Amino acid sequence: MWDSIKKFASEFFVTGDPLIYGADVSIGLTMIAVVAALTYFKKWNWLWTEWLTTVDHKKIGIMYIIASILMLFRGGVDALLMRTQLAVPNMDFLSPEHYNAIFTTHGVIMILFMAMPFMFGLFNLVVPLQIGARDVAFPFLNSLSFWLFFMGAMLFNISFVIGGSPDAGWLSYPPLSEKMFSSGVGQDFYIWGIQISGIGSLMTGINFIVTILKMRAPGMKLMKMPMFSWSVLSSCITIILAFPILTITLALLFIDRYLGAHFFTLDGGGNPMMYINLIWMWGHPEVYIIVLPAFGVFSEIVATFSRKRLFGYKSMVFALMSISAFSFFTWAHHFFTMGSGADVNAFFALTTMAIAIPTGVKVFNWLFTMFRGKISFETPMLWAIAFIPCFVVGGMTGVLLSVAPADFQFHNSYFLIAHFHQVIIGGVVFGFFAGLYYWWPKVFGFTLNEKIGKWAFWFWNAGFYICFMPQYVLGLMGMTRRVNTYGWDTGWWELNFVSTIGAFLMGIGFLFQIWQILHSIKFMQKAPADPWNGRTLEWSIPSPAPMYNFATIPHVEERDAWWEEKQRRAQGEAPKPLPPLEPIHMPKNSGIPIIKSAFWFAAGFGLVFNWLWLAIPGFIGIALSMLAHSFNYDTDYYIPVDEIERTEAAAKGDAR
Amino acid sequence: MAQHTAHDNHDSHESHGSLKSYVIGFVLSLVLTIIPLVVVLNDMVEGTAAMVVLLVTAVLQFVVQLIFFMHLREEQKPRWNLMALILGIFILLTIVIGSIWIMTYNTVAH
Repeated sequence: MWDSIKKFASEFFVTGDPLIYGADVSIGLTMIAVVAALTYFKKWNWLWTEWLTTVDHKKIGIMYIIASILMLFRGGVDALLMRTQLAVPNMDFLSPEHYNAIFTTHGVIMILFMAMPFMFGLFNLVVPLQIGARDVAFPFLNSLSFWLFFMGAMLFNISFVIGGSPDAGWLSYPPLSEKMFSSGVGQDFYIWGIQISGIGSLMTGINFIVTILKMRAPGMKLMKMPMFSWSVLSSCITIILAFPILTITLALLFIDRYLGAHFFTLDGGGNPMMYINLIWMWGHPEVYIIVLPAFGVFSEIVATFSRKRLFGYKSMVFALMSISAFSFFTWAHHFFTMGSGADVNAFFALTTMAIAIPTGVKVFNWLFTMFRGKISFETPMLWAIAFIPCFVVGGMTGVLLSVAPADFQFHNSYFLIAHFHQVIIGGVVFGFFAGLYYWWPKVFGFTLNEKIGKWAFWFWNAGFYICFMPQYVLGLMGMTRRVNTYGWDTGWWELNFVSTIGAFLMGIGFLFQIWQILHSIKFMQKAPADPWNGRTLEWSIPSPAPMYNFATIPHVEERDAWWEEKQRRAQGEAPKPLPPLEPIHMPKNSGIPIIKSAFWFAAGFGLVFNWLWLAIPGFIGIALSMLAHSFNYDTDYYIPVDEIERTEAAAKGDAR
Repeated sequence: MAQHTAHDNHDSHESHGSLKSYVIGFVLSLVLTIIPLVVVLNDMVEGTAAMVVLLVTAVLQFVVQLIFFMHLREEQKPRWNLMALILGIFILLTIVIGSIWIMTYNTVAH
């Protein structure tokens, strides 16, 4: 009996690596500390009613952001471990197997569990406020999306202490990811972690399309909508068309592994290249999915901090929407070297170069918005300004990569690594940080310390260039991606060493950001309703926004509605009399999303280990949760007028 | 009360069809299911002709579903569902035709 338990435990838990044991201990201690703190401060009930069951888009947004910052920490530690291993030749810090696992989880976590939830967090925090709505179109679904993402991310993350991490690269190409070459459970954690959170992503896409199309304030025609909301619309359209492709591709891979099918095997009529073709049909639109909202954030910030209307509104809308469609026509540039012939490669090289055009249009729009504006350099604007040169260089190296014949040299070299980190860090991460800094006062009701924020900004920026500029050169010198070590004779070590220094500087930048948040919580500075002299509707309501957002739904007559209203008031025009308050219709909290997602977690975990005794009850639980929700008619309530009056008066009192 | 609130917007009722339209749709979809089954199982046609029968009945089935059950014709303007459908079909064709094109000339597969 004891022996069989020991045998099970030795396979079930990841053993043998001191780093993993360290992680085990810290995970255990953190969980004990969290449970103890919640019990000691009697916060369990508060946690459940205020957060875990909430359908309020603002709270869901905050949970998304917290989860994504935790994931940024984990993905960042992965990155620092890799850079430490590569700092000097013949380093013996990580074993080759461990290195494979770490570059795989770094990629998956950063794209799917850091960038995506960060983006969804910003959608949730901002879009309803910006379009003058009281919540998203489907608040219950929104909560379900979050919990599915969360459970999927947790399922993926526990793989590094239980069962073993996936180690076939972030897109897990077959045949390596097939059962024959990856027989462990890591690959199944990969499939189910991504599948479960993928359902959540798809539902968020649907939710925000409907929210934007159906729930804008009266008078806000589409062409009067703030640019961030436009970027969310374009990103969501791409989500609902691209994510099903990912789901199907991973389902086919799962059928290969679980039922012994031959979709992507080398024998039995399968073709691994079909997987690569399919996964990039999702993978290429995915990078536009995450970068388009960042473009929206920059559009808002550049206009606000230049005190000018956004230059070229219509061309910006056209650029966003055309990118969301054209992003589906460039996927083959990820595998020019597959050998599909000159016609295919020429076509996809051209489409790839063409899609740079709308992006270029946007860069000029931002520059012309700043031109002759009254620019001020608060932290959100600093990130926006740093983004432009960084993204332009990243985009240009992308165009170099799109030249199909030259790509045979660049393919899978560090040149490529440097390119996509430059567009994803310089575009997406800078964009989301800028957005978080910009909307922070509105969301949390207090301001962040500018001085520490500037330190964080400079560490991140200097670190970025010190880390990735040497990698372009290393790529041209022949260093390929995913090598876990190299010899002294290659001549690569000086540049690698510099690159590692840069990575740690970015890590210090991250620590500054955490310090900035903690410092600002300790020395709480109440935020005014409109701290940046903003232009759009979210700045017309108190900070933090009351739970119903708008006491009376605004009527919009032009772009930058709040800015125009402020101009009119400054000219001495009396503000329009507000209609009398009416009871506000709101959705009720529900525990079903988190319970249903927990069943998904159980089902996923059961399928990973092929434990049908766990997977089948998991799926039954999912079905029962759906039924329970279908028969629940008690889903909404009204906030009475006197409560609205009290809330508004309290918010006004705070502001003074 | 609260007619202007956004939450009431999605409660506004659009037409959801009549019994007659549902019966017609159901019968048509049954017929379109039976035709390919009978034709293929009884070996009435073979090869390319069988493929054509399968594909044509499948596409017609899709149209029946859209018109009778998804109420595509009854949507009020702006016709978001129709636009989404056209964009979806466009992307779908890209996926299918693009994959065939790429994989046909794939030198690894040959």
